[in-house]
Amino acid sequence: MTERAVELEVLRYNPETDREPRFQRYSVNCREEWVVLDALNHVKETVDPTLSYRWSCHMAVCGSCGMMINGEPKLACKSFLRDYAGVIRVEPLAHFPIERDLVTVIDDFMAKLARVKPYLIPKEPAPANGGEYRQTPAELKKFKQFTLCINCMLCYAACPEYGIIPKYIGPAAIALAHRYNQDSRDGGREARQEEIAATEGAWECSFVGACSEVCPEHVDPAGAIQQVKIRSTVDWYKEHLMPWRKE
Amino acid sequence: MAQGMSRKPYVRPMTSEWIFRHPRYVRYMVREFSCLFIGGWTLLLVWGLKQLAEGPAAWAAFLQWLTSPASIVFHVAALGFASYHSITWFNLTPKALPVQRGEEFLPDRAISGAHFVAWALVSVAILFLAGAF
Repeated sequence: MTERAVELEVLRYNPETDREPRFQRYSVNCREEWVVLDALNHVKETVDPTLSYRWSCHMAVCGSCGMMINGEPKLACKSFLRDYAGVIRVEPLAHFPIERDLVTVIDDFMAKLARVKPYLIPKEPAPANGGEYRQTPAELKKFKQFTLCINCMLCYAACPEYGIIPKYIGPAAIALAHRYNQDSRDGGREARQEEIAATEGAWECSFVGACSEVCPEHVDPAGAIQQVKIRSTVDWYKEHLMPWRKE
Repeated sequence: MAQGMSRKPYVRPMTSEWIFRHPRYVRYMVREFSCLFIGGWTLLLVWGLKQLAEGPAAWAAFLQWLTSPASIVFHVAALGFASYHSITWFNLTPKALPVQRGEEFLPDRAISGAHFVAWALVSVAILFLAGAF
């Protein structure tokens, strides 16, 4: 079994004793095939049980272990130690307040997620005995990619617009709203437009594209946001140039 | 949350360092920065129109200025930035304009390629109107 000596530089913050965060260095022997999350677990088990961070599934499904690894938003469970040379710097996700160590305050994202109504709003109420909703493979494919979001918030940490303008609804929430807007079973687009077509919605985005580059599930939120912009623009023209046309 | 546990979230300040955190942010800022040159060239065009309206002497002086080294340097830079902006922008079009045919989406190259072809055709048409051929 091959081992490697790993130097981790972890941002620590204890709200009860610290005025501001500071870096702490840990030197541990790790197995060659480990990921950064394994190294953190190893530190917690053998060196420093006070180190705090979120994690759950260890298989890039739960979206809990997002953190900045050498300045880039990553899932710690998907970041292999062998891909890093030298000291590995681990920080909490950028643009979120730090609760403690690598744990961030995610209340803002949770509230925004709820605001975009990320659930099916049927066009008309269907009776319980009305049978299943039918969908063709093409109709499914139209939105499938956007269902893959695991709410890991790496896109928010990558987005400078969100860092500068915290009111911005942000990539994942807009992508999820778009996912339901694209669903043939859904009729809730108008209700979502209030949030995602607003200034603090899609129009805050200047298409940096970083959200899509860091997304571990290849959801492409940047694409979703541009598509929302185009549809909202078409809405605007229809409303102003064709006022007689009411949908 | 456990009773008595105090919360004191720490908010890290957002500094301009983000631009240098990853090359993608530098590329983005260059794309944004290109607007200064494109805006500058537009102002130059307005100035040229004004000179044209003021008579043959003013127009000739304007044409003379266009051949100066400063003007040539500016035009080369503006062309470079405008091309960079257009190329990076057209490469992003498949994200904004996905086209689904049946079950499958058209490949990205088809969407961005159509934009490049349209760009080339419009450029040729403008050069034709300008009497370049």
